[in-house]
Amino acid sequence: MSVTPLLEIKNLHVEFKVYGGVLKVLDGVDFRVNVGEKVGLVGETGCGKTTTMKAILRILPVPPARITGGEVLFKGRDILKMKERELRETRGRGISMIFQDPTAALNPVFTIGAQLEPVIRHASPENRRLSKKELRKLAVIPLKEVALADPERLLDAYPIQLSGGMRQRVCIGMALATNPELLIADEPGTSLDVTIQDQVLRLLQRLVEQRHSSVILISHTLGIVRQMCDRVYVMYAGNMVEEAPTRKLFANPLHPYTRGLMAAVPRLSGGGVAMGIPGRIPSYLHPPSGCRFHPRCPQAMEICKHEKPAFQQAEDDHRVACFLYDPAVAEPQKEATTA
Amino acid sequence: MRTLTFIARRAFHAIFVLLGLSIVIFIIARIMPGDPARVAVGARAPEWVVEQLREQMHLNDPLPIQYYYWLTDALHGDFGISLVTRRNVADDIREFFPASLELAFTSLLITAVLGIGLGTLSARHKDKFIDNVVRVISYMGVVTPSFVFAILFLLLFGYVLDLFPTIGRLSEGVPRPPTVTGFMTIDSLLAGNFTALFDALHHLILPAMALAMGTMAQEARITRASMSENLTKDYIAAIRAFGVPERTVMGRFLLKPSLIATISIMGLDFAGGLANAFLVELIFVWPGLSRYGMNAILRKDLNAISAVILVLGVVFIVVNIIVDLVVARLDPRIGLRAARSD
Ligand SMILES: Nc1ncnc2c1ncn2[C@@H]1O[C@H](COP(=O)(O)OP(=O)(O)OP(=O)(O)O)[C@@H](O)[C@H]1O
Ligand code: SF4
Ligand SMILES: [Mg+2]
Repeated sequence: MSVTPLLEIKNLHVEFKVYGGVLKVLDGVDFRVNVGEKVGLVGETGCGKTTTMKAILRILPVPPARITGGEVLFKGRDILKMKERELRETRGRGISMIFQDPTAALNPVFTIGAQLEPVIRHASPENRRLSKKELRKLAVIPLKEVALADPERLLDAYPIQLSGGMRQRVCIGMALATNPELLIADEPGTSLDVTIQDQVLRLLQRLVEQRHSSVILISHTLGIVRQMCDRVYVMYAGNMVEEAPTRKLFANPLHPYTRGLMAAVPRLSGGGVAMGIPGRIPSYLHPPSGCRFHPRCPQAMEICKHEKPAFQQAEDDHRVACFLYDPAVAEPQKEATTA
Repeated sequence: MRTLTFIARRAFHAIFVLLGLSIVIFIIARIMPGDPARVAVGARAPEWVVEQLREQMHLNDPLPIQYYYWLTDALHGDFGISLVTRRNVADDIREFFPASLELAFTSLLITAVLGIGLGTLSARHKDKFIDNVVRVISYMGVVTPSFVFAILFLLLFGYVLDLFPTIGRLSEGVPRPPTVTGFMTIDSLLAGNFTALFDALHHLILPAMALAMGTMAQEARITRASMSENLTKDYIAAIRAFGVPERTVMGRFLLKPSLIATISIMGLDFAGGLANAFLVELIFVWPGLSRYGMNAILRKDLNAISAVILVLGVVFIVVNIIVDLVVARLDPRIGLRAARSD
């Protein structure tokens, strides 16, 4: 596997301005996807997974969202600085996304065809010259690919006329219709029941394998990530807290939060990854000082309340944001506990 | 086909609504204080003349019989003689209604274009300078009654700047086109009379603007609200994520779902504007239905009052049916629900 970086997020900060103040959600996120790689992203609900992904594509609603710092480099170009034209070409063909909630991601007042056709029209310069009829013919293809029956008729259907599973498939088809170099899959199938979720995941797996595209897979369920991804990031309260090749992470989780996740029995319905750790994600209005995990951390030290641990290498390809693995901090501490 | 059954069903419902309305009108007209026969002939007429007229107008019969006479006449388009203008009420309506309707349509056009335009502008620049300007303007528009705008425009554009005529529908000396639709602009166009067309348009602008200010402000606020809410929806994020250009996102995928609320309110505003335009019509000496109706009320002209209310009732019903059709067109969720309830 090559290690050319395809996407690199550096020190990303995102805030939401809400009625009661400013939510400081993303607090210096670092993230990388190499060409051809499948990267997993896990973390309990509200930790900022979707926000990070939307920031990549610059599709966060502004207002309330505001990107207050950082870079999002796609093939070396900073997406956050792109002008409309370059941005449009990066979206879709460069990076595409399957949304968490397929019902919300489909416009309720347009037919599937009316939503799919402009996507295909702008997927390549040649397509822009096509007639409506030719476009319609092309629109059938992605629907066939996601194994939807009677795609011709589906083009004229409104989202409300489809089942949840069909909507999910349509969303996958739409996201892949542009042949993206990087596909973001935000908890695909979470809103569906387990058997259909399973079918959808298998379908997705097959489609990305055919295309050799790079993938970011977000999931509540560790099992799915373990099965599909080369490398995994663990996120907590707007920070990446641990990153490692999948096998390594599962064999030897370092961060106390990751350990808590592993201890939790992953529930099939999703949503319960943090059961091994008491407490909840902190408020983003007044996030904890220092390490945002310290109020819940069983191993918290004095320094954790005042300083933020850097996201740095513990071993060659294993990174963690925790003072326990910071030689300058942890060594004296360890001595103290053993003494 | 679905549309036709929908219209048929609504028209059928409308019959009952109108029947109910007619009873209400009739009762209100009859319990209004004052003797219509006496009002008609004047205070100095001898009592026997009044009594004779009362008999003629069936005013001495029991109420249900009076209603029966009134309804059969009304169904034949005969609302009797206006006690004030001494003309057939039906003729009065034929003359004044199109004038009001033309004014209301022009105002609707202004409302739609400027209201939706300003609302969109505001939503796109939410919380920025332009947005604040639009919000202040539309707030003023909502709280200021239309007659204030009428007087303001009349003084400013009519007298001080002298840009627009301030009286009636046509200037003196401009030949009036033959009446076909009753719309001065359309009749002029049909007659190929462009002098009259431009003159009629010129006369329309100030009163229509005065009438449109409030509704335009209202539509701008509603459009802004629904657009800025919809801008945070995932379907907008999604279609952007797929590389569809911003122009298409805003002009198609944001606009359509955002217009549903605006259009519903716009229909009500249109019908309401028709009924509430009397001060504007008065100020610009516009020979409209609203002014006619107001005069009728002030003089207890029962026949005219009944006819005006009935006409406005029909307008409300028709406008509602049209709005429902348009909204069902825009929103399949509503369209499907309507079809299912068949
Ligand atoms: N549109 C918004 N307005 C205000 N705050 C928001 C908005 N979107 C996200 N947030 C804030 O950002 C936080 C992170 O949300 P995000 O959707 O990224 O979480 P997530 O990790 O994707 O969670 P889940 O697993 O439930 O999808 C939320 O807790 C919320 O406080
Ligand atoms: S830095 Fe401190 S509080 Fe944070 S995870 Fe490590 S030990 Fe716990
Ligand atoms: Mg999410």
